[in-house]
Amino acid sequence: MTAAARRGRRPAASPGGRAPVLFLVPAAVAVGFLAVPLAGLLGRTPWGSIGAELASPRVLEALRLSLVCSLGAVAVSVVLGVPLAFLLARVDFPGRNLVRALTTLPMVLPPVVGGVALLLAFGRRGLAGQWLDRAFGITLPFTTAGAILAEAFVAMPFLVITTEAGLRAMDRRFEDAAATLGAGRWTTLRRVTVPLIAPSLGAGIALCWARALGEFGATITFAGNLPGVTQTMPLAVYLALETDLEAAIALSLVLLAISAAVLVALRDRWFPTA
Amino acid sequence: MPRSRTRLAAVLAALVLPLAGCGGGEPSGGTSASPGELKVFAAASLTAAFGRLAERYTAANGGTRVTFNFAGSQALATQIRQGAPADVFASADAANLDKVRDLAATPQNFASNLLQIVVEKGNPKGVTGLRDLARDDLKVVLAAEEVPAGKYASQVLDRAGVRVRPVSREDNVKAVVTKVALGEADAGIAYVTDVTAGGDRIEGVGIPAGQNVVATYPIATVKASGSQDRAQAFVDLVRSAEGQAILKSFGFLPPPSS
Repeated sequence: MTAAARRGRRPAASPGGRAPVLFLVPAAVAVGFLAVPLAGLLGRTPWGSIGAELASPRVLEALRLSLVCSLGAVAVSVVLGVPLAFLLARVDFPGRNLVRALTTLPMVLPPVVGGVALLLAFGRRGLAGQWLDRAFGITLPFTTAGAILAEAFVAMPFLVITTEAGLRAMDRRFEDAAATLGAGRWTTLRRVTVPLIAPSLGAGIALCWARALGEFGATITFAGNLPGVTQTMPLAVYLALETDLEAAIALSLVLLAISAAVLVALRDRWFPTA
Repeated sequence: MPRSRTRLAAVLAALVLPLAGCGGGEPSGGTSASPGELKVFAAASLTAAFGRLAERYTAANGGTRVTFNFAGSQALATQIRQGAPADVFASADAANLDKVRDLAATPQNFASNLLQIVVEKGNPKGVTGLRDLARDDLKVVLAAEEVPAGKYASQVLDRAGVRVRPVSREDNVKAVVTKVALGEADAGIAYVTDVTAGGDRIEGVGIPAGQNVVATYPIATVKASGSQDRAQAFVDLVRSAEGQAILKSFGFLPPPSS
């Protein structure tokens, strides 16, 4: 009778249905492949001394700088990226697809290549950089502003894409209703549109922030590596790895905890409990 | 639907991309040298000279290919400690070979090197010696303290009694030269050989012998290597008259006589 019941349920093909046996093995390997490195990290963690490791000036300095730079990158991304997302979602201008492709390029570009490109653009001899240097005496490489720029370059696409998706998915009739009730464009934007896309905006900001926090390649290439100025956590992990494994693990654990926290905070958006 | 797919892609990319950036110095995995291949882990400063040596080695050893992993010696030592498949390790200092002493054969010194100040071609900032590196109008880059070249640079500056505030501590000595060649930094400290190999966008400013440090390069075969004979043949080539002539042509000095 259980067999009959099972047969009866089968056509529903619900998400809770049986997995094809053929998929079980590769799926298990995939889970192991993703989980074992985490276990390795946790297994080697010097739990007894981790408090002292995390309180060391080197770690605290990297942590502080990482927060400053990643939040700075998020600020730059919001100020520049959200308007861009609006244009991409709402205005049918010529070359829109090209602009969108350009916007997403840093997501797939190796970050080191991004760093080289930034040097050639904003370096002291770069396309825009030499002008900045001559006109304002501003040089970005080797500065905290440079680290923020490198992180924003790599992280902004995540905000733009997510916000654009939110704008496209929202029901525009609410905006029309607001307009017919006499709200101006600015009021509609502020009181209707932004609250409606707030979840997408929030998710985009979280993703953008997480990506900025983890940025390594573009930062070390463009901004260099100096404790307290441009040595963010990932750079500190990389250099600590070569001399002080315990410190590297402690720093890695902080980054892991933050990544996990971002996933937990956004779990309802990506893992809806069906 | 497309919405959630975009988001999923974004999540995956956000998680994976930061890791991709960290793989820079890693060797490209795999098991220890398959037949006909030799994996040499060598200090970044040896890049050009060992590239030439490898050509000779391949020609003289029935086409055995040499695969290099060039990086800061400290990164290589860590990789070997963590089980990276190296057959030969050539370090820019004794300290980093000592870190893997239990994993490697007895090291032999095969070359030495001196430090030099690197400046842009034409020396636009008029750097004449170590003392100039303390100037406020100069952006100076050094290798990180963990990197042999960075450690040597600190010794040199200490000897000269010069306090430098670098704008960056680079991850390997080649990155120091690159930052100067790109014009981002005004001066740096690298090996004489890096200046020789650095192309025509840079030039060197000598450091007097009394203030300079002799960097001694040791080489050893790695015990875990599956091809001891091939590894030993590479070490022998490096120390042979032919190998020494090649190293000399790239600006290396003979090892200090012992």
